[in-house]
Amino acid sequence: MSATVFAGALFAGPVLAGPLRANANDVPLADIPALVLPALGETLIMVGIVMAVVVVVGVPLGAIIHNLARDGLFPNPSLHSALSWIVSVGRSLPFLILMVAIIPFTRLLTGTNIGIAAAVVPMSVAGIAFFTRIVENSLRSVPPSLVKVAKSSGGSSFQIIRTAQLGEAVPSLIGGLTINTIAMIEYSAIAGTIGAGGIGYVAITYGYQRFDNQVMLATIIILVALVAAVQVIGDALVRLTTPHSSTASDRRFARKVARLDIESANAASPV
Amino acid sequence: MITLEKLTKVYGHGENAVTVLDNLDFSVGAAEIFAVVGPSGAGKSTLAQCVNLLERPTSGSVIVNGENLSQLNESQLRTARRRIGTVFQADGLFSRRTAAQNIALPLGYLGVTSRESKSRVAELLDRVGLSSRADYYPHQLSGGQRQRVGIARALALKPTVLLADEATSGLDPDSTASITSLLKELRDDLGLSILFITHEMQTVLQVADSVARLDHGHIVESGRVVDLLRDPSSELGRALNPAKPAQVGAPDESSWFISYSSAGVPTDWVTRLAADLHSPVSLLGASIETIGGNAVGHATVGLRASDPQAVIAAAKRLGLDARLTDSVTDSASSPKAGAAVSADDLSDAVPTDRGVTDTGAERGTERAEREFAA
Repeated sequence: MSATVFAGALFAGPVLAGPLRANANDVPLADIPALVLPALGETLIMVGIVMAVVVVVGVPLGAIIHNLARDGLFPNPSLHSALSWIVSVGRSLPFLILMVAIIPFTRLLTGTNIGIAAAVVPMSVAGIAFFTRIVENSLRSVPPSLVKVAKSSGGSSFQIIRTAQLGEAVPSLIGGLTINTIAMIEYSAIAGTIGAGGIGYVAITYGYQRFDNQVMLATIIILVALVAAVQVIGDALVRLTTPHSSTASDRRFARKVARLDIESANAASPV
Repeated sequence: MITLEKLTKVYGHGENAVTVLDNLDFSVGAAEIFAVVGPSGAGKSTLAQCVNLLERPTSGSVIVNGENLSQLNESQLRTARRRIGTVFQADGLFSRRTAAQNIALPLGYLGVTSRESKSRVAELLDRVGLSSRADYYPHQLSGGQRQRVGIARALALKPTVLLADEATSGLDPDSTASITSLLKELRDDLGLSILFITHEMQTVLQVADSVARLDHGHIVESGRVVDLLRDPSSELGRALNPAKPAQVGAPDESSWFISYSSAGVPTDWVTRLAADLHSPVSLLGASIETIGGNAVGHATVGLRASDPQAVIAAAKRLGLDARLTDSVTDSASSPKAGAAVSADDLSDAVPTDRGVTDTGAERGTERAEREFAA
């Protein structure tokens, strides 16, 4: 017996019987995986495509905006405020509104306004605006002295951005990417309302429109697990890319250093 | 060889213009270490940025090996920067790169093949004595080791000029000594011209051949370190080797401040002076040392001889400069006794004169803030 039916039995008085009671149209428990797993695959594809676009566009855009600022590598205040303003507009619209508002643009690009392809466009727009700000913020946390070092070492602007700015900000960028990916999983569920497919679509059509609580619960569990998995992977990558984080390998290294020092001290002054 | 000609840097325009560097002229020869000292706000960091071409001077020139680098366009400037190695203050290493990868940075920018880069990095690590630390990250190195990595990186492209911008500031005395001896070794082996910018007088004494004192954008005094130390009228010389408080002499003695003013001071000058003046010499305080193989120093002595002219003449024959310190009674009551003659005006070297130190520091901060705002 499923948890929902149990819950329904517990709460349902004669009056409140409606939405919580399992009804005849419900997807049988055994069929839920067949319904939900392909949807999970669609969500992963959608979020995957969007995140690829977001990184490819967001990283350079964030780096450019950062360096157009007054103390950047190629300062240009007017261009900086123009780009910054555009990004802010992208950031300020709630996703549902943005999605509907840019339907003509989506149609122009994909030729359709439903399905995965149509969802990817507004998600990318929102994701790029989000990630551009994250990149800017990450770059701001890199010590400016490193840019000076890179400059005096003869680096070009591109080399300096790659090594002294993005290179040093990698852990922070991965942390931001994690937040961004989770936001995109959320957006993909919202995109389900325009028939984008994926977990969100299943949750809306079965869970909401057909009151199928078992399916709703299944989608919730999957979304929670997915977000948790992204967070765990993201955190691990941040630790992996930060040499000065305290990890087991670091402690091993410290022991090795101590041993080497003792050995070299012994070699220098033989007893 | 690096020469600065009438180097001037002005921030801001019109009424708000602040002249941070005012017509600086000096030259650092091959295999010479030239120190620039000064309190904070004197313009030292601006000077460093003009020399390594991160800032364009308002007027004047930076000339390296005969080529004027201050008139180049942006892309030429990038190439020119490679001829000047810069050692930054301790925070200049990339935290996500190992020692070897940090040193390889300028080679990577230049597009050197990875095989060539590897052998050059190994050579440089060996040069600075860190071969066993190639794969360590900066946080796993000590302050002195990090600075050695910085020096190796500055040398990666075989520059003829090395700029050390507060390279030993914030290091403990042992690390500072190891960095200064490394710099001297590099100067001798590679014939580098090293411009050493610092606020630490003691380090200047350890490392520099010549020194200039920068204050409010002007060079107020400069010269060879030994010459300055031997010139009793040099404020900078006294700031470099300040006299410590001396003992108080007997009531019938007059207190004299004796300083080495030439190369030929005999080691037994105390005995000779006593014989010459027919007076015992009471040694009340002294500091004698060799700087780069030259004996320098000063002493406070008590003499019973009555004729000051005779004392000065006798000291001069021994290659010494003699001056009466302020009156004997004054030195008896004042804790700075023998230091009476030493630099009262040199705010950052002599901590006894609080008033001067404080105003100096305030002016410095004010200036630094204006620099920052501009």
